[in-house]
Amino acid sequence: MSVTRINLTVNGSKEVVDVPSNWTLLQMLREKMALTGTKNGCAAGECGACTVMLNGEPVNSCMVLAVECDGAEVVTVEGLVQDGQMDVLQQTIIDAGGVQCGFCTPGMLISARALLDRNPNPSADEVRAALVGNLCRCTGYIRIVEAVQTAAQASQ
Amino acid sequence: MATAQTKETTYIGVSKPRVDVREKVTGAAVYTDDIQFGAALLHARVKRSPHPHALIKKVDISKAKELPGVRVVVTGQDFPYFTGLYLKDRNIFARDRVRFVGEAVAGVAAITEEIAEQALDLIEVEYEVLPGVFDAVKGAEPGAPLLHPNLGDYEVPNFIFPVPDSNIANHFKVRKGDVETAFAEAATVVEHTFKVPHVQHVPIEPHIAIAQVDGDGNVTLWASSQSPFAQRNLIAKSLNIPESKVRVIAPLIGGGFGCKAGVTMETIPVAIAMKAGGHPVKFRLTREEEFYTNFVRQGLTAKVKVACDKNGKLTAIQNQMWWDGGGYTDYGVNITRAGGYSGTGPFNAPNIWVDSMCIYTNHPVGGAYRGFGMSEVHTGIVQVMSMLAEKAGVDFVDFLKMNVIQEGEKVLTGMTMHKTGIKDCIEKVAKEINWGVKDAPTAPNRKRGKGIAVMWKAPAMPPNAGSSALIKLNEDASVTVMVGGQEIGQGTFTAMAQIAAEAMGVPFESVKVKGPIDTQYSPYEWQTVASRLTWSMGNAVRNAAMDARHKILEVVAEAWGEDIENLDIKEGYVISYASEESISLKDIVVYGIPREGYNGWVGGPIVGSGSFMPSYVTGLDKETGQGDRAVVHYTTGAQAVDLEVDLDTGQLYIHRAVSAFDVGKAINPDLVRCQIEGGFVQGMSSAIFEEMRLVEGVMQNPSFVDYRIATTMDVPAKIDAYIVEAAQDDGPWGARGVGEHPMVPTIPCLANAIYDAIGVRVPNPPLSAEKVYLTMLDNGVVK
Repeated sequence: MSVTRINLTVNGSKEVVDVPSNWTLLQMLREKMALTGTKNGCAAGECGACTVMLNGEPVNSCMVLAVECDGAEVVTVEGLVQDGQMDVLQQTIIDAGGVQCGFCTPGMLISARALLDRNPNPSADEVRAALVGNLCRCTGYIRIVEAVQTAAQASQ
Repeated sequence: MATAQTKETTYIGVSKPRVDVREKVTGAAVYTDDIQFGAALLHARVKRSPHPHALIKKVDISKAKELPGVRVVVTGQDFPYFTGLYLKDRNIFARDRVRFVGEAVAGVAAITEEIAEQALDLIEVEYEVLPGVFDAVKGAEPGAPLLHPNLGDYEVPNFIFPVPDSNIANHFKVRKGDVETAFAEAATVVEHTFKVPHVQHVPIEPHIAIAQVDGDGNVTLWASSQSPFAQRNLIAKSLNIPESKVRVIAPLIGGGFGCKAGVTMETIPVAIAMKAGGHPVKFRLTREEEFYTNFVRQGLTAKVKVACDKNGKLTAIQNQMWWDGGGYTDYGVNITRAGGYSGTGPFNAPNIWVDSMCIYTNHPVGGAYRGFGMSEVHTGIVQVMSMLAEKAGVDFVDFLKMNVIQEGEKVLTGMTMHKTGIKDCIEKVAKEINWGVKDAPTAPNRKRGKGIAVMWKAPAMPPNAGSSALIKLNEDASVTVMVGGQEIGQGTFTAMAQIAAEAMGVPFESVKVKGPIDTQYSPYEWQTVASRLTWSMGNAVRNAAMDARHKILEVVAEAWGEDIENLDIKEGYVISYASEESISLKDIVVYGIPREGYNGWVGGPIVGSGSFMPSYVTGLDKETGQGDRAVVHYTTGAQAVDLEVDLDTGQLYIHRAVSAFDVGKAINPDLVRCQIEGGFVQGMSSAIFEEMRLVEGVMQNPSFVDYRIATTMDVPAKIDAYIVEAAQDDGPWGARGVGEHPMVPTIPCLANAIYDAIGVRVPNPPLSAEKVYLTMLDNGVVK
């Protein structure tokens, strides 16, 4: 498989990566860059565990080829902590009890961050709609939806 | 044995924050697939059977071995030994026969996953296709194709009863009183046959395991595992090597729900790694493989017949269950046993007849699933009780209160029921849901109804499943608690930290409980299943903490020349009620205490140990199912829902769900509520959406698109969780488990509510919009 050199920004850092042309963004993040916070749950774009922000939009990174990300800006769950400070969503999801096994949590947080960036004050229905692509088998979702609304209020 | 304590507690019954959570929200938490193995890593893929039942005539791996990049190819001929948690009926790879679609026939390791996948196409397998068994009831009949002709030769514990020369891998019976006479004399009798389909656990993290074998044959396995110790034991058995040569390391796990208990795919990378010359071998299931090649929840057909007198008092319960065990029933046989000894649900009647049969079929292999058979059993038994109450003209809540098992009564197996809060649970949910009040629908095209259900469940395990814990004190007086039970999301590390802090008298924040579980260094724990950790491992941790505490106090007593009875540990200080002296643990738990006048030292590094194993569980008679004490205890509860049915679509709108469970004592009430909420949604998802559609053994819907689970859009706005506490006599501070229970009553609870809304019963899950609508159409509810 041919290898392509791409330039991109990941969590604020400029990166140059040589990546096989058939690799997904998920593979590149996890296997080339050891950013293992982004999870592989289905590799088919169905569970949302691999959600990252690509140019400000939440995407299933298992459905994006790495070579498509030349020139792009990517934010993963590792990028939510800035200068040692957690994103408000990370604190509210802890406080709400919205984390159990934690495997869906990174993707859930990225989808929620993307929502709050475009809609700082979402209704419960809007939060539910924004997180519909992030499957969770443990929590029952209600506390996660509450956490996103609490984060929105805290940021007002 | 630990006893319930009444004295005031600092950390018990307090909702402390989870200890594992910061790493989980920052992406720092390490799950198995996150461990880096570098360039030496090989990737495994598995050649699987396309047939539900066939003889293997020939396996030719010569072409696969020649593919560049392929390092190892193995088949069933390489691994002749049997394994299995209860009934030892499985090999690592099929040897002479395949019994379900997706069964492993050969394994490949290559330098990339792609090459391993390509090699599978080069493996040639010749099969002779055999007639299959695709229905458990038919499979139990004489003349059905036999799946395991050697069933009578398999190794099996003495509480599992296979029927040789049949497909019945276990037949559990209860015979108490005379049901036939009771039915003949009853005022009211109801009989109905229920069917529960196969469902999948679908943890968001698929199964993954990496194995490495060194030159001396020592096996190291990193696995997403609920059961590192059981896996060590079963892998050693399947490879005919001693347990001491197998080390299992289990990092955090991204959901288990039972499917990562026992042993399944984990043996495959171990087998391959034995021939990989020291290379680590990674095997990760695809989402499609996750659906049908590993454990699934067994299907159930239950023929239930119940009777009551003119007042609505139960006189007889008969429950005949055919469990669709799949091609192998190594774990399923004990689900069948649990279904049998709990086969009445939490109801009491003088005359009882239960048959619970585990049937081999050419379906995916059944294994533990949150509830361990109880969701399936309660689907029938609770609905049929609701039907009986209605026919007898008794309000269902009154019926429940009249007929649920009470302290001091004999359960179906003859054990005396311990203290239980089931009536309080019923009263709580009935009150909260406004039982008896018919609320108006919110739209003209909807009908509204309420449903209620009760449940019980006992930990299902060998009679002597044990726990152990070690506690060590560090220089800064922090406390490290080592356990072998796994944090699978339920919050057990947090609960153990609370128990250790309370029992020792140290601050919660000074206690550390962390994975990975490592069979080489962690103390033994049977498995993280059965909702048993809070109770069993909790007792072990409490015992270890009390041991450490005692050792500290002994040192101080000697150094100070005081009576140990006058000493106590409070918030990290040893204090004397006699001399009113105090000393920080920091000064003594590693370095000891100097004697007066530089005259030597007392003490040294403090390490505490504790274990727990129930000693009182007895066997049950093979023919009658009677014995003194079949189980350690039953956790009970009740659930109620208020919902609407859309008459145009059959869709359900759940306004409110209310649950109450008797947990004995909630160590951490908010974590208990998290289990109750999440469990309701998993139960609701399985009740409404989920079904493995199997046609001639082939799953038709192995993806999240075709096998839908509940999303954010499907859950009710409000799920209320109430905690009832009727203390368990041998639980730590009275605690018993509740991890599985919240999803157990959900199917019958929703089915009863749908009936209340539309006046016709949709008895069999999934209670899908399509099925509800068609049932309404067939019965003239809609036109």
